[in-house]
Amino acid sequence: MIQVQHVSKAFKEVQVLSDISIDFEPGKINFIIGRSGQGKSVLLKCMVGLLEPNEGSILYDGLDFLNMDEDQLKAVRQEVGMLFQGAALFDSMTVEENVMFPLTMYSNLSQEQKLVKVNECLERVNLVGKNNLYPAELSGGMKKRTGIARAIIMNPKFLFVDEPNSGLDPETSIVIDNLIRSITYDLGSTTIVVSHDMNSVMEIGDKINFISGGKVEWQGDKHALLKADNQALNNFVFASEFMQEIKENLKGE
Amino acid sequence: MTGILGNFGRYFLLMRKVFSRAEKKKIYRPLITDEMIKIGVQSVGIVALLSFFMGAVVTLQTAANIESGWIPKWTVGYTTRQTMIYEFSSTIVALVLAGKVGSNIASEIGTMRISEQIDALDIMGVNSASYLILPKLIASTIMLPFLVLLAMSVGICSGAIVGTMSKATSLNDFIYGIQYDFDSYGIVYSLIKTVFFAFILSTIPAYHGYYASGGALEVGKSSTKGVVYSMVAVMVANYLLTQILLL
Repeated sequence: MIQVQHVSKAFKEVQVLSDISIDFEPGKINFIIGRSGQGKSVLLKCMVGLLEPNEGSILYDGLDFLNMDEDQLKAVRQEVGMLFQGAALFDSMTVEENVMFPLTMYSNLSQEQKLVKVNECLERVNLVGKNNLYPAELSGGMKKRTGIARAIIMNPKFLFVDEPNSGLDPETSIVIDNLIRSITYDLGSTTIVVSHDMNSVMEIGDKINFISGGKVEWQGDKHALLKADNQALNNFVFASEFMQEIKENLKGE
Repeated sequence: MTGILGNFGRYFLLMRKVFSRAEKKKIYRPLITDEMIKIGVQSVGIVALLSFFMGAVVTLQTAANIESGWIPKWTVGYTTRQTMIYEFSSTIVALVLAGKVGSNIASEIGTMRISEQIDALDIMGVNSASYLILPKLIASTIMLPFLVLLAMSVGICSGAIVGTMSKATSLNDFIYGIQYDFDSYGIVYSLIKTVFFAFILSTIPAYHGYYASGGALEVGKSSTKGVVYSMVAVMVANYLLTQILLL
C-alpha cells in the first residue's frame, strides 16, 4: 500500500500540489486523473522520488519513503516498476537487454535463467521473437509493451504507469490496458496510473482520484464517477459529446 | 539561471554522486570496455593524423626560423621533440578529444535525460551518475595517455620524415637533436597533465548532458557548452599544472 499524506509541492512561486492525501490500495488499479497542468505528473514524480515534496510524507507499506537511508531506498526501488509515457527504453540496448536490465543489476541469476525470465515477460506482452530489435526499430505500442516487460520483470509490488495510452491507437490502447489489468491482478501489485484517457479509466480503473488545481477534488470508483456531483469533475469527464450522451442515457435510466 | 558558483557547486555534487554508491564491478567492466573503444580506439586515426601534421609543421617552422649559422642544425629535431612531448601532444590531443569525445558524451547523456532514460535508472535504484559517467571517466583516464604517447611518436616521426624530405634538416641532425639532453621527466609531466585532462574532458560534458532539460535544442546547447567549457578548463589546468610541475 502507498499512502500519500499532506503532500505539497511548489516550484518557486507556483504552488503545484496543495495538501494532497491519497491511499493507494494494493491489488487495485488506482487512477490519478485530471486536466493537463493540474499536478498529476508532479505527484507521480514525488511518489517515485524524482522530485522531493516541500511538505508531507509518502509511505510505502508504512515506511516513510522520504526519510529512508540508502539501503532501504534501494530495497524499495527494487520493488517498484514504472512504465514511462515515452517508454524510456535504453537506446543502446536491444529489447532483450532492456528487459533484462533490472535482473542484470540486482539478481544473481545465470544468463540462461535471466533469459528464461525475459522470454516469459516478452511472451506476456506479446513480443516473442523481438529480442534483438533496438528501440528505434519498434512501433509506439511495441515500445510501451517492452517498457511494461521491463517494469514487471522483478515482479514489482508497486507499479507506476504514466499516460499509458498517449500516442496509441484505440486497439493498441486496449491491449495495454488489459496488460496493466492482468499484471495488477496476477501480481497483486499496487498500481497507480496517471492518465486523462477516460476510455482507459472506465475500462480498468478500480479507484479514481481526480486532481484539480493541485488538490484532490474527488475520489471514488468508476461507477460513482459517472454520477458524481462535482462540477470540475463533470466538466472533465463529460467534456466530449459522446460522454454527454452517456450521461443523458444514465439520467434516463 | 544557475550562476557560475551554482554550476561549480552542482558539478562537485555530481562528482560526489559519481564516486559514491557505485554499482557492482561486473556491471562496469563491459561499460568501461565499450567506452575505451569509443573514446580511445576510435580516436586513434584522428590523433595520428593531427599529430603527423603538427610534427611536420613544427619541424618546418623551426627550420625556417633558424637563420643564424651559430645555431646548430640539430636544433630542429630538438625543438620538435620538446614541443611535441611537453606541450602539443597532451594539450592538442586533449582539445581535439574535448571536441570529438566531449560533444558525444554531452549529447548522449543529454538525450538520455530528456527521454527519461536517466529517470528510469534512478527509479530502478541505479546510481545513474555513477553508471553513466564513471565508465567514461575511467576509460578516458586509461586511454588518453596511450593516445598522447601515440601523438608524441607520430609527431616526432613525421618531423623526421617531412624535415628530411624537404631538406630542412638531415636525418642524422634530426636524430641527434631528438636525443640531445633528453630528460624522461618530460614524458611523465605530459602524462600527468593527460590524466587531469581526461578527467576534465569526460566529466564537464557529462555534467552539461546530465542536467540538460527541454528538448533537442537544449541537448545541442548543452553539448556546445560541454565542449567549450571543457576546452577552457583544459587550458586553465594546463597553465596551473605547468606552473606546479615544471617550476
